[in-house]
Amino acid sequence: MSYKWLKWTRVLIALIFFLFTTLIFIDFRGIISEDRITRILWLQFTPSLLKFITLFSLSAAGFIIILVLTSLFGRVYCASVCPLGIFQDFIIRAGKLLKVRKRFRYRKPAFILRNTILVVIILSAFTGSIILVNIFDPYSLYGKFANGLLRPVAIGINNILTGALEARGHYYLYHVDILPFSFITLIIPVLTLLTLIIMAGKFGRLFCNTICPVGTILGWVSKKALFRISFDTGKCTKCGKCSFACKSECMNIKDLTVDYSRCVACFNCLTVCEDAAIDYRITWSRKNNSSKNGHDPGKRAFLATSLGGIAVLAGIKESLAAGKDITPLNKRPTEIPEIKNYPVSPPGSLSIGHFTSLCTACQLCVGQCPTGVLQPSLNQYGWSGYMQPFMDFDTNYCNYDCVKCSNVCPTGAILSITEEAKRSTQIGKVVLEIKNCVVYTENTACGSCSEHCPTQAVRMVPYINNLTIPEVDETICVGCGACEYACPVHPFKAIYVDGNPVHEIAKSPAGDSLEYTETEDFPF
Amino acid sequence: MKRRDFLKKGVGAGFVAGTAFTVSSSNKLFAGMNLLPEEPYDLVAIRGGEPDVMFDRGIEELGGMRQFVKEGQTVVVKPNIGWDAVPERGANTNPLLVKRIVQHCFNAGAAQVYVFDNTCNEWTKCYANSGIEQAVKDAGGTMFTGSSERYYQEVELPWAKSLKMTKVHELILKSDVFINVPVLKHHGGANITITMKNLMGIVWDRKYWHANDLHQCIADFAAFRKPDLNIVDAYRVMKRNGPRGVSVDDVVLMRNQIISTDMVAADAAGCKLFGIEPLSVKHIKLGGQSGIGNYDLESLNISRISV
Repeated sequence: MSYKWLKWTRVLIALIFFLFTTLIFIDFRGIISEDRITRILWLQFTPSLLKFITLFSLSAAGFIIILVLTSLFGRVYCASVCPLGIFQDFIIRAGKLLKVRKRFRYRKPAFILRNTILVVIILSAFTGSIILVNIFDPYSLYGKFANGLLRPVAIGINNILTGALEARGHYYLYHVDILPFSFITLIIPVLTLLTLIIMAGKFGRLFCNTICPVGTILGWVSKKALFRISFDTGKCTKCGKCSFACKSECMNIKDLTVDYSRCVACFNCLTVCEDAAIDYRITWSRKNNSSKNGHDPGKRAFLATSLGGIAVLAGIKESLAAGKDITPLNKRPTEIPEIKNYPVSPPGSLSIGHFTSLCTACQLCVGQCPTGVLQPSLNQYGWSGYMQPFMDFDTNYCNYDCVKCSNVCPTGAILSITEEAKRSTQIGKVVLEIKNCVVYTENTACGSCSEHCPTQAVRMVPYINNLTIPEVDETICVGCGACEYACPVHPFKAIYVDGNPVHEIAKSPAGDSLEYTETEDFPF
Repeated sequence: MKRRDFLKKGVGAGFVAGTAFTVSSSNKLFAGMNLLPEEPYDLVAIRGGEPDVMFDRGIEELGGMRQFVKEGQTVVVKPNIGWDAVPERGANTNPLLVKRIVQHCFNAGAAQVYVFDNTCNEWTKCYANSGIEQAVKDAGGTMFTGSSERYYQEVELPWAKSLKMTKVHELILKSDVFINVPVLKHHGGANITITMKNLMGIVWDRKYWHANDLHQCIADFAAFRKPDLNIVDAYRVMKRNGPRGVSVDDVVLMRNQIISTDMVAADAAGCKLFGIEPLSVKHIKLGGQSGIGNYDLESLNISRISV
């Protein structure tokens, strides 16, 4: 029986998922709608799981679908949905073409290592720091890579094309400036890329079967999948072609067994077998499973620790929500420094605690943010929050009527809010240091802060020499950072936003209608 | 080489602007006398109609758009599109007015009409929600981005007291005709924003202006490239909390419009409509003193139209 259709269907689905997932990360013009982004990412395992934990909502049930699919067909997530998995397949293919590695061979499973990594990641997530998830979750890793490296390349191509088109008088495209970014935040994407190139090129899906936490979890389920790869011992000539083609290196030709916990359901073995000795079919028996020794220490450790972790989850989430463990930003030792006690987390994230305990730093919001105010952090949230986005008012400020990040966040770290709710969500409070203000120091006009303020939490009031000078009312401030961004003085701003560790409600800016009657004639 | 030519042209325009003051003061003799109906008006003020209707009447009074746009010329129209706000908020220039201006340009034979602003809020949202993007497209014009530094060229302003150098959008440097279309608004920092202040949307780095005597920078830059035509949208006027405004409560329906080739004159008339004295606004005072235009409305030949 020919399995070509099966394999190529798998490849086609993988390409579609990979293409769309990549597109939403490099979509610098914001062309793809928020709904569509949500749908494309719905099946991503870790974000969906986190969102489910947060919301207890079936709208975040994508990971359950994946679990069901895995229990039926094996690790199809790894084969066709996971962007990092498919990305590795590209590297593997390139490796074959460049003759880095022509054939794979069976490798013994690394059960203990694999499960220990998973347990450590999950434990650390439950005890307050999600950083290991951020570093090892495949979707989030691919996001960092796509946002940090592919997006600038896409913008570069756009700019070259724009130049060429404009020279011919066409204006379908426009030039996009690449925002200044910190090179330190590129460390993870670059390291990921290098590690993956080496690992995938040399050892196939070794990352997925040793390090990846999602791979390990799905491995447990796929072990007992309904449909599995199986040998027809009567037909098999032990030629080894299937094993050479197996990028998971999980086909043991000696014993004619397959390690289903590592099989990523790529179906390559099915198409290379010339003896029709491999089938993909309903398999009830456990005989082909390579896990022959009745118990598995990693599995037990995993189960025990997860149960323990879940038990303390509620309590820890509570304490995180208070945001007490967040270290204040460094205070500058100068005359009139900006005193910022907290970083600012995006509207919809409820509190710094909620945000930092759920954000896997996939960078989707960073790429989707129309103004670019959301930037990957270094240690603004402490080092455990490395790359979790923060409101960077040096780069830009938050658009008053925009709720895009809240609508695209796949993990629930930023929860969807309406525009109306956003306009009264106070993510930080304005602080005015009048002695830094140019009106005060130079006696010249400015008003840049008030000009940009959407609620007039900073307004210009009469001052000497027909000048106006800023005055603030923090009760109506939403913390958008427009004043801080617009303030022209250096190195310390005269006006800035100090984050609210727990978001508050801003009062609505009062406004009575103006009286006006049209005059009969011109006043000149 | 070409760019250098533009710069020369720009500087030249500055000197022309300087002489405009002397020319217009000679009109004093004829002010209000209407002895010479052919004498071009210094300023046309229109009231009581829709923005497009008022413009039709006003530009006719100045001899039609052909006085300003010749066959085959490229035109750049610079409205205020600074804010992500709907037209009712009065934060941006009225889209209907922009549309009609673009149509008049094409009717006068313009080869190409570009519209742009270096916005304060995120530019694609400003372009879309102001209604100006759609209006310009409907009229056949081209919306251009003002939000990439790559389109800005450095220019020197040797006459300047504060702003010696700045980066100007190349559409301003390249186009044959420059039409300035501000909206009349309250401004917390600069008191009021009309024609001269609107030119802050054709430069890249505005922060420098704010940090180095805003009014002086506005006056310095006004001598760089005098717009060939200024049309002040005073249809919906933001009376407080400007220039962004908090809500429609900050706006009154004034239904006025001012058209002039003289920025200082237009600003002075705008101040009067708004209800403040022109000379209380430092950049308008400086503009008059340095010969960019004439704020003495008494001495100008003004056409006042009610529609």
